[in-house]
Parts: sequence; C-alpha cells; structure tokens
Amino acid sequence: MDTIITVKQATMRFKVSKDKVDSLKEYVIRLSKRQLYFEEFVALDKVDLKVKRGDILGIVGLNGSGKSTLLKLISGIMRPTEGSVQRIGTISPLIELGAGFNVDLTARENVFLNGAVLGFTRRQMLERYDRIIDFAELEDFQDIPIKNFSSGMTARLGFSIATTINPEILIIDEILSVGDFKFRQKSEQRIQELMQSGSTVLLVSHSIAQIKKLCKRAIWLDKGKKIMDGEVLEVCDAYEAGA
Amino acid sequence: MIAGTAVTATCLIAFVILIPQIKRYLPAFLQYRSLLFNLVSKDIKIKYRRSVLGLLWSVLQPLFIMLIVSAVFSHILRVGVENYPAFYITGILIFSFIIESTSLSLNSISGSASLLKKVYIPKYLFPLEKCLFACVNMLFSLIAVVFVYLILGTPLHLTGLLLPIPMFYAAVFSVGLGLVLSAAVMFFRDVSHLYAIWTTAWMYLTPVLYPLDILPGFMQAILSFNPLVYYVGYARDVMLYGVVPDFGTNMICIGFALVSLIVGIAVFKKTQDDFILHM
Repeated sequence: MDTIITVKQATMRFKVSKDKVDSLKEYVIRLSKRQLYFEEFVALDKVDLKVKRGDILGIVGLNGSGKSTLLKLISGIMRPTEGSVQRIGTISPLIELGAGFNVDLTARENVFLNGAVLGFTRRQMLERYDRIIDFAELEDFQDIPIKNFSSGMTARLGFSIATTINPEILIIDEILSVGDFKFRQKSEQRIQELMQSGSTVLLVSHSIAQIKKLCKRAIWLDKGKKIMDGEVLEVCDAYEAGA
Repeated sequence: MIAGTAVTATCLIAFVILIPQIKRYLPAFLQYRSLLFNLVSKDIKIKYRRSVLGLLWSVLQPLFIMLIVSAVFSHILRVGVENYPAFYITGILIFSFIIESTSLSLNSISGSASLLKKVYIPKYLFPLEKCLFACVNMLFSLIAVVFVYLILGTPLHLTGLLLPIPMFYAAVFSVGLGLVLSAAVMFFRDVSHLYAIWTTAWMYLTPVLYPLDILPGFMQAILSFNPLVYYVGYARDVMLYGVVPDFGTNMICIGFALVSLIVGIAVFKKTQDDFILHM
C-alpha cells in the first residue's frame, strides 16, 4: 500500500500578542515604543505521521491538543511553520459540515456551489445531484433557501455532498453526531461503505467508543505532541487511563 | 510616453520570465474554473434576489444617477461640456467598474473567512471573482450607455467597437489593485476605511465629472500619474469622439495595468499563507 499522507516534523506556532493588533495606528505606536511583544503558542510540536491508502485513522486527545490544527495542515488550509506536509489525492473537508453554504441560496444552488468549492465541475455535480438530494432526504426542499432549513437539514445536506463525491481522503471532525438517530445510523453506514471502497479516513471524535468501532489505528495527541501511535484499542486504553 | 513604453517592455519581459511559474499554477486554476463561475453567478443571484425589477436595475441605476449628475453639472454648476450626459456616462462606466471591483475585492478574503478556514481553495480566486462580477455589472451598464447615446442622437462611432480594449486594461489594473487591497486588509482593517475615503478623492482626481482641460497646467501634470485618467479618456475617445488613441497612450495604459498586476501578485503570494492567522 502506498503512503497517501506524509507529515514530517510538522510544527505549528501561532504568534499571540496579548491584545490583537490589527489597526495600523496601534501597530505604528507599538512599533515605535518597541512594544510589539508576541507570545508564542505551539499548537503542534514536531509531529510525524504517515497514513497509507485505505487507512482508517482515529485521532484522540483533549481539547486544545492540536487535533484540528493537524487536520487543517493535512487539508492544506494552513501551512506548517516548520516541517512539511505532503498528500496525494482529493480530500473532502468535513471539518465542519456545510462549510461554504450560502444561506440566501437554495439547496440546489448550494449543491453546485459546494461542489465547485471542492473542485468539481457542474457536469460532475449534475451526475451526483440526485444521489445527494436522495441521501439527504430533501426532495421536497430543493428550491428553498438554506436559511429556512433546520440545523439538522443543513447538516444532512453537507454530509451528503461531502460523502457522495467519493473523496480519496475523508476527514471527519466530530460530525457523526448530526441529525436524528435514523440519519446517524445511515451516515455511519455510509462511512463504512466509503471505508470498504478504499477511501482513507481521518476521524476525530471525543467518543472513544466510536473510534474503537470504526478505526483500526489511532494516534494520541497531547499539548501538540504525538504521545502514541498504534493499534486502536491499545491507544484508546492508554488515553483513557492517562488523560 | 517613453517612460510608459519602457515600463511596459520591462513588465512584458518579467512576464516572459515568469511563464514557467504561471504554467505550474495553471492546472489548479483550470480545476477551480467552475468555482469562479459559480461564485459570480451566486453574487448576481444574491444581488437581485427578491427585487421586482431584478437585473434591470443594473441598467436603470446608472441611468438615474446620470440624470441627477447631468442636471447638477450641466445646468447648475455649468461645466460646459458638449453633450454632458454622454460624456459623463461613458467616463463613469469605466470609473465605477474599477471602484466596484477593487472595493469588493478588498473584503473578498475576509468575507470568505468561514469557507477558507475549512476548505483549501486558492485564495486569489476571491478577488479575481469580484473583478469578474464587476465586469458583468459593467456590461449591463453598457446597455445604459448605448441607450443614452441613442436617445440623445449621439452618433455611435465604429471605433466604439474598440471599447473592450480600455475595459480589459482597466480589468487587469483592478485585479492587481484588488489583490493588494485584499491582502492588506487582512493585516490592517483600517485599509477598508481608508480606501473608502480614497475612492471619493479618486473620483475628483479623475476627469469623470469634468473634462481634463479645465484644470490648470500643474494639476494636469499631477493627474498624469493617475492611471484612471488614461482608462477613462480611452473609453471616451473610442466611444464619444471616434478617435483611436495612439501607440504611446496604449503603452501607458498597459504599463500601469502590468505594474499593478505584478505588484498585486507579488504582495499576495508573499502574504497569503498568513491570512488564516488573521481571520
């Protein structure tokens, strides 16, 4: 199996000034007084990670341990301060469902806009359109602006788009808890189908049970450092004992 | 004029050197082409959604503004330009296009923060998209321009077919400026307030409301550094006066546009990775 994601010694540092300086006047004043102090916050500290095609990787860790930052580096939203991130293949952003929806547009318009955001042409989206609406169970609401949708409906549409485009890498950040229990079952089933079809999946969840159920391998992040990397049960047990 | 030619030549050489770089970005750009069109159509839809007259406003709005401005400047303030309505509406067509596309570009990145925080998209698409959107608006306004010419019986010259040339120059210039502004505003929000003031000043520093030759000589010299003078003048030459601007004028126009574009790309490329930290 070939390696699809390679993270090498990735470090992400944020400059945090005590008060955010974002006006020119303040910047000039502070610069002249030499008061431009920044505190550094290390969100990720020399993390190495290799993910092979078809891997189902769970990421566990407390709040603020760098899970989301790692996903952002992998999906290319951020560049690491040091180190490198390489990946091959298309990636779906599930970092938050419905990212890029415009509330004034209808469900139909949003499907095409969202598809375009993910780099798909109109024709490619036309082929998938019926399946997307069908899976999200929104047949009767196709031409209604998203702002009139319930949060569950919006999340269903987002999930449906992200999983119907058959991404090579699927990123799931705390989203299997959307919708009612019926949709949750349906979405878990869909994830498992994707896994079987060979998609690589990165799953972040605070539900250890869910990680154990879906993943084969897991990593444990703590304060930006990778503490453990290995078989899912081993890592989860250590995490539960240690955290 | 010689300076313009020299600048244009330098910029063209710079572009030739950069061709391999541009080639590297081309596949990604082509992949996101449909996003570009989707975003433009989204902007158009949202602009006119739930208005009764819809797209017609793009034509009506410049017409009504022209009526007001003409009333003020040709009857009350008496600028003394022959055929003032046509003079004004031809100039404002190019001028408002540049102002609209740059002002929209300015907030395009910060306005798409929710998207850029979650999905990887080449960020330059957003200022570029705003410029395309402004282009579409300009084409609708062009209907208003032609309408005014027809009503007033102003002859439509054959040279009017060259109007896309100044439009294109202005578009390249706007993309460059838009890239700089959209990057600058990520680090200093003041830029958006400053630019709003600057556009008002720019309006009076460009002969949109009055002809250039009513200004004293030293003012004309100062205004020769204002690229918009040439773009607005070019549009009037081909549309209103039936004149084709000479080689030198073209060189000056291209020079300004290319300098703006190269500076824009350079600034944007250097700063874009830090945008996310300021969203």
